Amino acid sequence: MQPATPRVIAPADITALRRHAYRIRRHALLMGEVQGQGYVGQALGIADVLAVAYFRAMNLRADDPQWEERDRFLLSIGHYAIALYAALIEAGVISESEIENYGSDDSMLPMSGMAAYTPGMEITGGSLGHGLGIGVGMALGLKRKRSRSRIFNLLSDGELNEGSTWEAAASAAHWKLDNLVAIVDVNDQQADDKSSSVLGYEPIADKWIAFGWTALRVDGNDIAALVDAFDTALDSADGKPCVIICDTLMGRGVPLLENRDKTHFIRVDEDEWRVALKQLDDTYANPSDAAGSEHS
Amino acid sequence: MTTQPRLKTSAMIASLAAEGQPTTSAPFGHALVEAAAADERIVGMTADLGKYTDLHVFAQAYPERHYQMGMAEQLLMSAGAGMAREGFIPFVTTYGVFASRRAYDFICMAIAEERLNVKIVCALPGLTTGYGPSHQATEDMAIFRGMPNLTIVDPCDAVDIEQATHAMAAHDGPVYLRLLRGKVPRVLDRFPDYRFEIGRARRLMEGEDALIISSGLMTMRAIEAADLLAERGMHVGVLHSPTIKPLDAQTILEEIQRHPQRPVYVAENHSVIGGLGESVAALLMNAGVHPEFHQIGLPDAFLDAGALPTLHDRYGISTQAMVKTLASRISLTHAS
Repeated sequence: MQPATPRVIAPADITALRRHAYRIRRHALLMGEVQGQGYVGQALGIADVLAVAYFRAMNLRADDPQWEERDRFLLSIGHYAIALYAALIEAGVISESEIENYGSDDSMLPMSGMAAYTPGMEITGGSLGHGLGIGVGMALGLKRKRSRSRIFNLLSDGELNEGSTWEAAASAAHWKLDNLVAIVDVNDQQADDKSSSVLGYEPIADKWIAFGWTALRVDGNDIAALVDAFDTALDSADGKPCVIICDTLMGRGVPLLENRDKTHFIRVDEDEWRVALKQLDDTYANPSDAAGSEHS
Repeated sequence: MTTQPRLKTSAMIASLAAEGQPTTSAPFGHALVEAAAADERIVGMTADLGKYTDLHVFAQAYPERHYQMGMAEQLLMSAGAGMAREGFIPFVTTYGVFASRRAYDFICMAIAEERLNVKIVCALPGLTTGYGPSHQATEDMAIFRGMPNLTIVDPCDAVDIEQATHAMAAHDGPVYLRLLRGKVPRVLDRFPDYRFEIGRARRLMEGEDALIISSGLMTMRAIEAADLLAERGMHVGVLHSPTIKPLDAQTILEEIQRHPQRPVYVAENHSVIGGLGESVAALLMNAGVHPEFHQIGLPDAFLDAGALPTLHDRYGISTQAMVKTLASRISLTHAS
């Protein structure tokens, strides 16, 4: 599709998107190494989605994160900050030199995402169930302003536990907010256990459809499928909000972490960070194995 | 044998006005319409309580600027935050119980943490309905006082509400206002120099026998009590402190220290825990100022259902109850 306004960040093709996804993963691993911990499993899992969102779907200006005509990306899952920082670094909104400050005192990259700290971080997340409601208000505000900007809100499967998410889902359909796109990362992990064990979430797509949304479900580590889904979401003009449900694999691209027992907070030992980086490089050095390459 | 007429349980639409008292209908709604005429950024949002928060007046005047968000207070607050993020000034309305108890986290993290320009206007503060604890926001100020960045306003009457509405619209940042709705008494007209200003307390009446520091509808009661006591030769000062946070520490301390011998009564339509009374107490302790100190407020309890006049007497916040409390104390002084 053609964007409504000129992009500074040109829409990328599949090959370029794969390259961005690789680099987003790499930035995240480097940040994780700085603190010796972090939600790198989630970051590796969601990197392909962020690559398509930031380098294909959204209108942004890297040097002006508050540009009025930008699309707004709301991270309600504040603990995914490491992933969004990686995407913002890749997009040039944040300097790569900030990586070494990740999670440190007075850093612009705190462990949980907060609007006041970080350029490009639109909202303070972390208290789950806030993002979609804020998105409803912003989408209503954009329509008041006759703006063509869009709201993207990244939620997790665990966040579907929160009743407020469904208050917002009902409202978005009621107000016909076709400028609002929700993205649900389904990695089947939340704090205590597998998400499906904590509180069953299926059938996800049927739930959103019943609430009046257009629902698309894709392999969230398949870049070509994600491109199709985001293009479909942005092209639709049926007066419905759209949700892209993305099944992702935590640790994607790093076999060491893909194969580790999945937990909300994947353990990485001190000597494993370099191994992880090497495995990531190897994954992308061999295109037939690379994350997101299956259908490209 | 004569029997008292049975008082009916006060509905949400009950007026606090005494018979013959001048009132204004829906002062918030009309003031918001005025403010909105001057500022296009103002929008109204409600969680299915537009009629019961006087926002329906605004909705009729500006249907395109009114958002019915449904009975979903968490959504109301987060969507209000989103509207403010896009440069609008949302006035969001519900009942105090729902804003404080149900939507706290959303007000705290989506609005206050980022100092967003959302005005939270909530009806049924304290004991202003006979429906019982589900509707009586008796601890809302206690809940909200701990929230950084949030301004808390407890206006006295229609005059205060009108001025506070304009002041909130002009103020940059989140505000919680305890709303009296429907036919709201006008009492502050009597004090021509009075102006509502966020963060300012005002002396309304002079008196050397005791000092009442009050907010909200208890300032109406304090004025009535002071008038009745004056007829009996007892002179009570009244300091109205409609902003609970930030408290006007300087004015309160100066007023107390003008006549340090006066017993101080802090009167509020709120639990004695965590409201204006404890705010003033902490101020005095921190300042090393130690007057004789009393609280007039609601008990730390889930209150009864019933008719408001009965309940106000029962819990000591009616004018007559205040007169009795102050007269017994002042008589001791006069006798000694």
